[in-house]
Amino acid sequence: MSEQLTGAQALIRALEHAGVDTVFGIPGGAILPAYDPMLDSTQIRHILVRHEQGAGHAAQGYASATGKTGVCMATSGPGATNLVTPIADAYMDSVPLVAITGQVASAAIGTDAFQEADIRGITMPITKHNFLVNDPNDIATTIAEAFHIASTGRPGPVLVDVTKDAMQAKVDFVWPTELSLPGYRPVTRPHPKQVREAARLITAAEKPVLYVGGGVIRAKAEVELKELAELLGIPVVTTLMARGALPDTHELHFGMPGMHGSVSAVGALQRSDLLITLGARFDDRVTGKLDSFAPDAKVIHADIDPAEIGKNRVADVPIVGDCKEVITDLIAALRTEIANSGRTPSYDTWRNQLVSVRKNYPLGYDEPEDGSLSPQYVIQRIGQIAGPDAIYTSGVGQHQMWSAHYLPFEKPRHWLNSGGLGTMGYSVPAAMGAKVARPDKTVWAIDGDGCFQMTNQELVTCALEGIPIKVAVINNQSLGMVRQWQTLFYDKRYSSTDLHSNRIPDFAKLAEAMGGVGLRCSDKASVDATIEKAMAVTDQPVVVDFVVHRDAMVWPMVAAGVSNDEIQIARDMAPQWDSEEL
Amino acid sequence: MTKHTLSILVENKHGVLARVAALISRRGFNIDSLAVGPTEHPEVSRMTIAVSVDEQPLEQITKQLNKLINVIKIVELEPTQTVQRELLLVKVKADTLTRGQVLETVQLFRAKVVDVAPDAITIEATGNPEKLEAMLRVLEPFGVRELVQSGMVAIGRGSRSISDRTLRPVPVPPPFVQSGTPAIQAQPPERHTSSTHHPVPAPPPGRPVAPARHG
Repeated sequence: MSEQLTGAQALIRALEHAGVDTVFGIPGGAILPAYDPMLDSTQIRHILVRHEQGAGHAAQGYASATGKTGVCMATSGPGATNLVTPIADAYMDSVPLVAITGQVASAAIGTDAFQEADIRGITMPITKHNFLVNDPNDIATTIAEAFHIASTGRPGPVLVDVTKDAMQAKVDFVWPTELSLPGYRPVTRPHPKQVREAARLITAAEKPVLYVGGGVIRAKAEVELKELAELLGIPVVTTLMARGALPDTHELHFGMPGMHGSVSAVGALQRSDLLITLGARFDDRVTGKLDSFAPDAKVIHADIDPAEIGKNRVADVPIVGDCKEVITDLIAALRTEIANSGRTPSYDTWRNQLVSVRKNYPLGYDEPEDGSLSPQYVIQRIGQIAGPDAIYTSGVGQHQMWSAHYLPFEKPRHWLNSGGLGTMGYSVPAAMGAKVARPDKTVWAIDGDGCFQMTNQELVTCALEGIPIKVAVINNQSLGMVRQWQTLFYDKRYSSTDLHSNRIPDFAKLAEAMGGVGLRCSDKASVDATIEKAMAVTDQPVVVDFVVHRDAMVWPMVAAGVSNDEIQIARDMAPQWDSEEL
Repeated sequence: MTKHTLSILVENKHGVLARVAALISRRGFNIDSLAVGPTEHPEVSRMTIAVSVDEQPLEQITKQLNKLINVIKIVELEPTQTVQRELLLVKVKADTLTRGQVLETVQLFRAKVVDVAPDAITIEATGNPEKLEAMLRVLEPFGVRELVQSGMVAIGRGSRSISDRTLRPVPVPPPFVQSGTPAIQAQPPERHTSSTHHPVPAPPPGRPVAPARHG
């Protein structure tokens, strides 16, 4: 069964067959043929963004909020290169993303034609896979392969570069019924022997910790994780990418580990004798100085990507598999192990130690002495008022860490941020994508004044397309995280970090100019009222300029390159490990 | 650091060499030698890559290479269980005085003369890297004018083939192939080509498409 279409029509038809309902993009010369049939698609809503980077991050936000594959589209040359940052971001954070780019006509490839860039070559190191399609007969199959590769195994970005002549040629449209990818066979089912070995180690351990990463969220394994943790009462820490995998309010949750992790989470990993690592990758922001990370711990490392296992830390028990299947099998293996040995392990002593650390070293902050607004307070109040049902996105820097600390993470896929690449400017377009995917949800972008100025043009898109997101600009008039490091490590020499954003721009006016509602708040007393006012706007984007104290710092902190044991809860204040007997 | 020989079966598609070479370089490793060529299956090419690297980083390279979609299989070939060959073409100075000695070396190493000029001889030799190195050491005093060498190719000894099983492509059933009626009915192609008027489709239900409010 086939039908004569143009390559461009075949492309749009293929996207429809792949289940696409939203495409974020900007047309241009080389992709122009695809935009004509796009107009006729009743399944696909095209959202015309204002910068291709916004299209990419929006597709990421769409994907991260739903687990579905996000789609963005751009023209050749500069359109395609503008997608590079979100593609790299999606690669680092394993976000299923398909990027479609137009390419100059195949005869012009290699001639330095107008708007020609070798985007396939450029994105080779930052995509899971990419394609250059110059035969119109390959379009449907390539799109099918792209979606399959992006969404299975370890998810990631796939770029499909289609030449203009391929889109203009006539072709028989055939949607494939099977794909031939002899080199792509991701293992999802864990090896039973490895799982049994893991269960044996767990029951033999005295101080186990579930070190949970973003893989658990991507695998949608939150239910299984909770069951595993509760089965034996094993303490859990969730990394920046895994916030919400286990509710923060769960008694077994001990916080976020890492450079700005909570003392209980960092301490749990450092003093553990067994790390049960699930979909995490021993990132340097988690481990600190690698050779002093969790020095006494054996390691069970489960990941769908075999290359992550043993990359940074040697695994005693490597398990390759999808986290959902791994955890399910592990629960069964633990039950068998307990039944066979007739002994249920108890980690009460260990857990009680951690409970007391959690109690003695809670996250906290001092109110600024000059009476100015505390950024942590603002974020905390937004979280309390919008609640755990809202979706939160953030940029990168201090406000991101404060968000990770003070927002209420009770559900997976409600916290979207740029973890691996650390892309400033992620939050506004990602919030836009999340709101499109989940129009029923309140979506708050917690942004910094630096980040906001990188991608705020997408507010125009939000205003015109009816995507009422809410943006909290945590305005400390500086590139705050860099300023914090300058304060701590560069003798307060503030080189190029002062943004003067208390004067210019006027964020509220900017929001109004872009078709949204602009609010401003600089005192504690009016924080709640301002948030409520923002919450009441449901038909327009809202930007709240929270003018906050500029010298608030993110604590706890482990300085770069030192052991996690050197964690400080405030400047020159270390927790008393010995008295806790940890 | 020790020398390792990797045999990599890849799909015969363009760009694969770039992917493999770039991956090895961006993970911080150096390729000592590389050879690519066809195999008994037209859709599969085989790369032989020699790298000097420790055991643990080698495992990481192998795993990263395995992640490339076009890489079908990677096998590390043990030198003792493997036949390894390189091809060398070398142009050596040889006049009437020295030609006899050069020809003697050629015979000694079971090489071949492929071209002769009044003052030079071009020699073709194949062998494992050690043999070719030894021959070059003997030829060097005569004066090497030009030298070109292929990357190493290698094949395991015995009857087994590394391409025995993996070459049968495993079809991946796409989970998203719609069964039954597609959500969107196919539009007749004429609609796209003959009409100059494109009606804007109504947005799908349930999505807010509110006009912007200015001010």
